[in-house]
Amino acid sequence: MESRLNHPGRLAAAVISALCKVLVICIIAYPFIWMVFTSFKPYAETTVYPPTLLPRQWTTEGYAKALEMVDVWGFLKNSLVVSLSVLALQYLIIIPAAYAFARCKFRGKGFFFGIVLMGFMIPQQVTFVPVYLMFSKAGILQSFWPQILPFIANAFGIFLLRQYFMQIPEEIIEAARLDDASEPMIILKIMIPMARTAIFTIGLLSFISSWNSYFWPLIMTTKDTFRTLPIGVAMLNSQEGGRLWHVLMAGNMFLVVPILAVYLIANKQIRKAFAYSGIK
Amino acid sequence: MSSITLRGIRKVYGKDVIIPDLNLVIEDGSFTVLVGPSGCGKSTTLRMIAGLEKPTAGEILIDDENVVDTDPGKRGIAMVFQNYALYPTMTVRDNIEFGLKNKRVPKAERDRLIAEVCEIVGLTPYLSRKPSALSGGQRQRVALARAMVKNPKVFLMDEPLSNLDAKLRAQMRVELIELHKRLGTTFIYVTHDQVEAMSMGDNIVLMDKGVIMQRSSPKEMYHDPQNAYTAQFIGTPPMNILTQMVPGAWVGFRPEKVTLAPAEDAALTIPGRVITREQLGAEYQYSVDTAYGKLMVKTEEEAQERCLLRVRRRHLYVFDTDGSRAPLTPELLDRLAALPREEVQP
Repeated sequence: MESRLNHPGRLAAAVISALCKVLVICIIAYPFIWMVFTSFKPYAETTVYPPTLLPRQWTTEGYAKALEMVDVWGFLKNSLVVSLSVLALQYLIIIPAAYAFARCKFRGKGFFFGIVLMGFMIPQQVTFVPVYLMFSKAGILQSFWPQILPFIANAFGIFLLRQYFMQIPEEIIEAARLDDASEPMIILKIMIPMARTAIFTIGLLSFISSWNSYFWPLIMTTKDTFRTLPIGVAMLNSQEGGRLWHVLMAGNMFLVVPILAVYLIANKQIRKAFAYSGIK
Repeated sequence: MSSITLRGIRKVYGKDVIIPDLNLVIEDGSFTVLVGPSGCGKSTTLRMIAGLEKPTAGEILIDDENVVDTDPGKRGIAMVFQNYALYPTMTVRDNIEFGLKNKRVPKAERDRLIAEVCEIVGLTPYLSRKPSALSGGQRQRVALARAMVKNPKVFLMDEPLSNLDAKLRAQMRVELIELHKRLGTTFIYVTHDQVEAMSMGDNIVLMDKGVIMQRSSPKEMYHDPQNAYTAQFIGTPPMNILTQMVPGAWVGFRPEKVTLAPAEDAALTIPGRVITREQLGAEYQYSVDTAYGKLMVKTEEEAQERCLLRVRRRHLYVFDTDGSRAPLTPELLDRLAALPREEVQP
């Protein structure tokens, strides 16, 4: 490292690169930091001109008000039910599907995989009306199912895991077959452990996407009993009178902190997941 | 312990005929080596015995039972792969145990078998390690242990030593020979390396383009090749075969059987000019330009630039123009004796 930086040109490049990174981090993190501080301000301070970053007076008034205005804990519970159910159920579909597309020979494999990829390209806004009608016909609109079932066959997840499975050397599977392992055993004992970083990544992305989802739960639910936290937070916005910025930001904190916690806990796993480590 | 019979095996991939019609009996307890250049069908043959490939036609019998439709795991065979194919997320112990668990061998029995096998291959201190924390040689041993622990009827090995360095390879070669003696199980070993084939097998099957060119003991392979292909495949450098020397026949001799010093009983004498000389320890390897093309000579003798290559009668091989072995007739000997012995100056 040291010898690399000895050259003046390279040193300058390194400094510029570091400065750029700091700049990008500031730009990205600034709204977030502002949100954190605003949530701890009293109402008066959120509307002062010129705006301030740090609260002069620290208070949890925003949080108290948010909890008072909507049932935050109820929405949080609903969010967890939906996100974790999607997370758990989708593995039941994704893993066998990815394995079949990666490793099995069957008629129409290319065609079916094409259909999966097409599903990946169609936006929710195109399909929500027919999906809504389907759930309405099935009579399960008043439940969590409309928020869970459409997402358990995650096309992106199938695609990602298939690519990962395809990189696993054929000989390892052949060795397992010679060891008299059945296909479910091969998936459970060989493929899943080997692809655990990819499986983790898919889970993480799916959790974040269902956690943050706003459009779908808004369309698919009519009762607060099944609505998730993003809708709850939006309700804080639509109260009469001026916008209570500190309350809104406090609501957002309830939304963001769990995701942040996942990142902090699984930091190492996440980095591993995105940097493919060779299998040998 | 089992014998294996391949009867009328045909393997076709799309339009490519890999193996047209293979018939082979592998005796119980033999160490059979399938050898040949890449693409000759040796690995495909092995994989068909393992059940990893299905023959397009024909029968594979293990102990007189046709196993063509039997799953690989139910054939009573074990295979060692070139890249070891260890399960990377499992420890050494789990790797070895996996097959036993699938066969529902009871725990106490599994522990006994694993201990026994690991003692033989010297893996006992490494049982709790992951394959990634092992050296190439140790990984190879895990692969062997995983095969041995199943007590298979047949061991299949697909170039198991080619990922090891030269020294380790030589060592593992000896260990595999010992292992075969100790277990007395049928070994089928695939390699492209003739030295490996000659040194390990008691029975060699030389293949080319899906056809068996010769099947014999290593000694016979070397001393009594049935065709020009075998003669040139076995031996380093390969046998010199002169196709232009006498009409209607090819004449061959091994580079290491050439004498440079005058020999009264030489049946063939060829004048030549040394182009290159390589020092191989005790011997030299010469490349010699002659009226019949470039020939190789391997000898301890020092050669002058212009020299006479002399070959004794017992070292001469004759082939028909289609490559199959032919007898050395007195008539042909006379024709060889009548060839010019001095270099014709251009």
